[in-house]
Amino acid sequence: MKVVLQNLTKKFPSRNKKSGDEVIAVNNFNFEIPDGKLIGLLGPSGCGKSTALNLISGLIEPTSGKIFFGDDDVTHLPPENRGVGLVFQSYALYPHLTVKQNIMFPLQNLKGSERPSREEMERRVLEAARLVQIEALMDRKPGEMSGGQQQRVAIARAVVKMPKVLLLDEPLSNLDARLRLQTREEIRRIQRDTGITTVFVTHDQEEAMSISDMIVVMKDGVVQQIGRPQDVYDSPVNLFVSKFLGTPPINVFEGKVGGGRLHIGGEAVLDVPGAPDGSVFVGIRPEGFVLDENGPFTCQLTGVEVMGRDISVVCRHAANAQTAAIRAIISAENRPKDSAKDVRFALKPYKVFLFGRDSEERIEFQTPKR
Amino acid sequence: MANKANNLKGWLYLLPAILFLGFFMVYPLVDVFIYSFEEGYNSASQTFFGVGLYNYSYVLHDPYFLQALKNTFILVVITVPLSTVIALLISVGLNSITPLKKLYQTVYFLPYVTNTLAVGLVFMILFKKTAYTDGLANLILAWFGKGPVDFIDGPYWAKMFVLCFYTIWAVMPFKVLILTSALASVNQDYYNAAKVDGTSPFRVFRKITLPMISPMIFYLVITGFIGAFKAYSDAVALFGTNLNAAEMNTIVGYVYDMLYGDSGGYPSYASAAAILLFAVVFTITLINLSISKKNVHY
Ligand SMILES: Nc1ncnc2c1ncn2[C@@H]1O[C@H](COP(=O)(O)OP(=O)(O)OP(=O)(O)O)[C@@H](O)[C@H]1O
Ligand SMILES: [Mg+2]
Repeated sequence: MKVVLQNLTKKFPSRNKKSGDEVIAVNNFNFEIPDGKLIGLLGPSGCGKSTALNLISGLIEPTSGKIFFGDDDVTHLPPENRGVGLVFQSYALYPHLTVKQNIMFPLQNLKGSERPSREEMERRVLEAARLVQIEALMDRKPGEMSGGQQQRVAIARAVVKMPKVLLLDEPLSNLDARLRLQTREEIRRIQRDTGITTVFVTHDQEEAMSISDMIVVMKDGVVQQIGRPQDVYDSPVNLFVSKFLGTPPINVFEGKVGGGRLHIGGEAVLDVPGAPDGSVFVGIRPEGFVLDENGPFTCQLTGVEVMGRDISVVCRHAANAQTAAIRAIISAENRPKDSAKDVRFALKPYKVFLFGRDSEERIEFQTPKR
Repeated sequence: MANKANNLKGWLYLLPAILFLGFFMVYPLVDVFIYSFEEGYNSASQTFFGVGLYNYSYVLHDPYFLQALKNTFILVVITVPLSTVIALLISVGLNSITPLKKLYQTVYFLPYVTNTLAVGLVFMILFKKTAYTDGLANLILAWFGKGPVDFIDGPYWAKMFVLCFYTIWAVMPFKVLILTSALASVNQDYYNAAKVDGTSPFRVFRKITLPMISPMIFYLVITGFIGAFKAYSDAVALFGTNLNAAEMNTIVGYVYDMLYGDSGGYPSYASAAAILLFAVVFTITLINLSISKKNVHY
């Protein structure tokens, strides 16, 4: 089932009557979630991700705008009639019910002809439990399970009634690093197996990038960019998006464009044909640096961090305005001598982004063919 | 070793409480227990004739005690379930309104901070028949074409009704307070999850709200039972000190009368009655505990 958001806006009234500033948690969303895809809703804390999700689920009503499931306008439909499954950040498993009873709960709510027979319920519960691989824990109570297991029960409960849309609100935030990695793969697998259109909220860009078919990057209630994770990473529309995606984060400098060349702190570091003259922010991905004794970009070496296959060269730059420590990721074989004071780099043009100094919007330039 | 030292420390910390409780609670209890078996005890000379069950036999054959026992049981059986259910309804109602919530909560809490005897006076106005008025309750009865009933000095059922009414009314604020805070502390996500799954309000109440606040309900039922079994001052506030004459005595009232009332000076009978009350409360509490094992979710 495809989901379409049309001019969707949610304003929360201000608590403080005097200031009268309302919070625009979701500001004029316009996008389409294709059928059967997993999309990641990504943004810093408080940017309106949960609000957007709750609008889709129907738990809150939009101030204006429309929501369509397929061709049906569901804007004013109550949540129970939308056919959505929701997994809460807190899981919200009923603590006094067993795993089986929890998963069966949504089915038992069904009435009349929709209500499956007792055997049918049992069968579907077992099927959902198999899907998330918890069929061995059916008689446990939520309190007797690990966070990862509880999370899987929550997913089973959300999918057992075969929702048209599955909504997950930061489902991994309670898990430790290892379990997170494992569970996000699991979510991916479950989504592929069921083919349910899924919206996955997270503030962890790595999480979103790794499992989403499409990511939506938000900031302060406004959608910044929508696209396939790799496309958004390779071609961010503004400084915020470029900084939000990628670990280690992008290195940002103040620079100047003059006569088709990019200058950082007096050095001409790169040819940027087609870019207009003026002050810019320069974003360089850590993997955009190539060690080169004759390279145009110089900085003072402060340390080397070993990460196994790769190393990250940490250095400082005089004209660096935004990031205190510059990180360049290079292959471990090319490790610079620790005694070296300065290191020189050449830059990969398609890993360098220019942004207007005021607008912070992307400025395009012609990159050589890859 | 460390464990042993720790244990010792633990006992040391408990010592003041144990001493205090031992002196003021356990010692009198044991004393009462002993009194209840001493036959023909004379408080002036502090002597007794023998040891046996006569005191119990006397009390159990005393019509006043049987009346008090009956009254207490009726009071317990009616007021504990009724007050808990009403408090639950009020709390759920309070919890679902937003405007003026604080005001309503205060109103419901007022009886709790009001003096029992002052409240008794108000009930007099509501129910008492005087030369000038039949009382508010009778005015209402008159609308339905029912004759005036004397609720304070009239038939047994009317007096019992007033006593139960009063008891329920008096325990309401505490129960509502406890239940509203229990309801407010249930995570909203459970309700949102239920809403997304299309759960009917009744099922939400039965399957989510009730189990979630069951420890608090259980607490209220247990303390409610104990409180109702110990009822006395409420009856005095309504019917005066001569409760036996009014047929409105309670077990605690009987114990008090045996000790200090007109017929006072019988500590042995009082002790036997007190021990009987203790046995009843103890049994009921045990039954409560065993029922709760299945139905209370912590
Ligand atoms: N019920 C509400 N009343 C008023 N303001 C609200 C309400 N709910 C959310 N907000 C505000 O709306 C904005 C977005 O909140 P939301 O919960 O959607 O953020 P989020 O992106 O999910 O953040 P997080 O990652 O921390 O969960 C915040 O500024 C928040 O303070
Ligand atoms: Mg959130």
